[in-house]
Amino acid sequence: MPDYSLGLKCKLCGKLYPKSPINFCTEDFGPLEVTYDYAAIKQAVSRDKITARPRGMWRYREFLPIDGEPAVGPQVGGTPLIKADRLAKELGVQKLWIKNDAVNFPTLSFKDRVVSVALSKAVEFGFKTVGCASTGNLANSVAAQAAQAGLEAYIFVPADLEKAKILGTSVYGANVVGVTGTYDEVNRLCTQVAFKYNWGFVNINLRPFYAEGSKTMGYEIAEDLGWRVPQHVVVPMAGGSLVGKIHKAFHELYDTGLIDTPVTTKMYGAQATGCNPITDCVKSNRDRHKPVRKPNTICKSLAIGDPADGIFSSKLIKESGGWAEDVGDDEIVECMLLLARTEGVFAETAGGTTLAVARKLIEQGRIPRDEEIVLCVTGNGLKTQDCVAEAVERHAVIKPSLEEFVELYAGAPQREAVLV
Amino acid sequence: MAVTVDIPPPLREQAGGNLKVTTSGNTVHEVLDDLIKQHPALGPKLFDNGRLRPHVNVLVNDEDIRYLDDLGTDVADGNVVALIPAVAGG
Repeated sequence: MPDYSLGLKCKLCGKLYPKSPINFCTEDFGPLEVTYDYAAIKQAVSRDKITARPRGMWRYREFLPIDGEPAVGPQVGGTPLIKADRLAKELGVQKLWIKNDAVNFPTLSFKDRVVSVALSKAVEFGFKTVGCASTGNLANSVAAQAAQAGLEAYIFVPADLEKAKILGTSVYGANVVGVTGTYDEVNRLCTQVAFKYNWGFVNINLRPFYAEGSKTMGYEIAEDLGWRVPQHVVVPMAGGSLVGKIHKAFHELYDTGLIDTPVTTKMYGAQATGCNPITDCVKSNRDRHKPVRKPNTICKSLAIGDPADGIFSSKLIKESGGWAEDVGDDEIVECMLLLARTEGVFAETAGGTTLAVARKLIEQGRIPRDEEIVLCVTGNGLKTQDCVAEAVERHAVIKPSLEEFVELYAGAPQREAVLV
Repeated sequence: MAVTVDIPPPLREQAGGNLKVTTSGNTVHEVLDDLIKQHPALGPKLFDNGRLRPHVNVLVNDEDIRYLDDLGTDVADGNVVALIPAVAGG
């Protein structure tokens, strides 16, 4: 299959660059974004053609910036879109879905999508060593997919990250470097390492390609709704890229004739109050986000104090007619349990954040109760178990005796009473 | 006062190929002014109408100046000022 991407373009000044491992414009340091030949894509794609392919993100191959077939992660994506009726009832809304990337392959987060593109591109560019700065999910995915591709991986993480996320990186044989600092400091260090060693850092010099992988979450939502887009989408924000890429995906589907109705979807961003540079930027109507020096939240996967796409995501949210909100750690935990107990989805802290923010926006009247809402769950609760451990009731222990169970059952509160 | 400025690869062409440039000044602003005096081609890369471009991060001894006193941040003899593109992460 041909490569439909044309090159890279500065989002600020529009200067064009050839496809290469660079992430910013040399004129003004603005971010670079992949450009495509949409006319050619429109000729090449159809609903029938796409649905005839295996379920997964690469069925939208024409919209992704690689040459040939994906070298890494051909089976990523294709996660369920769940009609969440029980949760809808709890929230008092009529039409609600959950896009569940907590069960993405291979490492249970939406980062598998971006890494599949980034490492396929890294192989194409001839890199032998790859790396990333990560709050955890990206670390897991780069480590796993680098192992699959036979690439050496250097993964830089804040030293205080959840143990499960560090273990879930080391297990794949990656070189893990814990850095005593915030994510933003880790990220800045990686920019310097990338310059010095000329490695392929997925979220630095491969970032324009990497970020495009996020779009596949948007294509899948539209396809699973029957080739149309929802009215409201709530997305967690760390670096702030995903919210824009889902929106871009919807527009690309319309521009290439895969959906019939123009996109009027309102995009909403979710953060934790302990690290809310983007929601603050939207709510205070600033032009540029104010970085958060010391993020303080249990939601570590969203704890980026100086988000690379802060300026762009706040602008996009406002232009789409959406909004952004943040919630405290208690609400995050409460909503992790609510999601698990209504829909059987155990999301990580970022999922609890997204649900809690959606609930807040519904209560504020910003999201109407009778319109279609999609919540994006981007990571798995098994990675952040410590956060809910105290909130979950201790389980009973009895002898293997029917009598003991009968006694226990007689004294147990009814399940409905616990829930409502 | 001698303050070293670390030049990232994308700006080295404008800095005469140097990896580091020795400057003098008491604040970050003075240091950058001196840097631009020595290598005028860096001026438009770092500043737009007198304002530091939004995607250029400046660090003094590994601390971002936005958490200090921005361009007014004091520098001392032997400090290292680093210029780093901000578009990364996520």
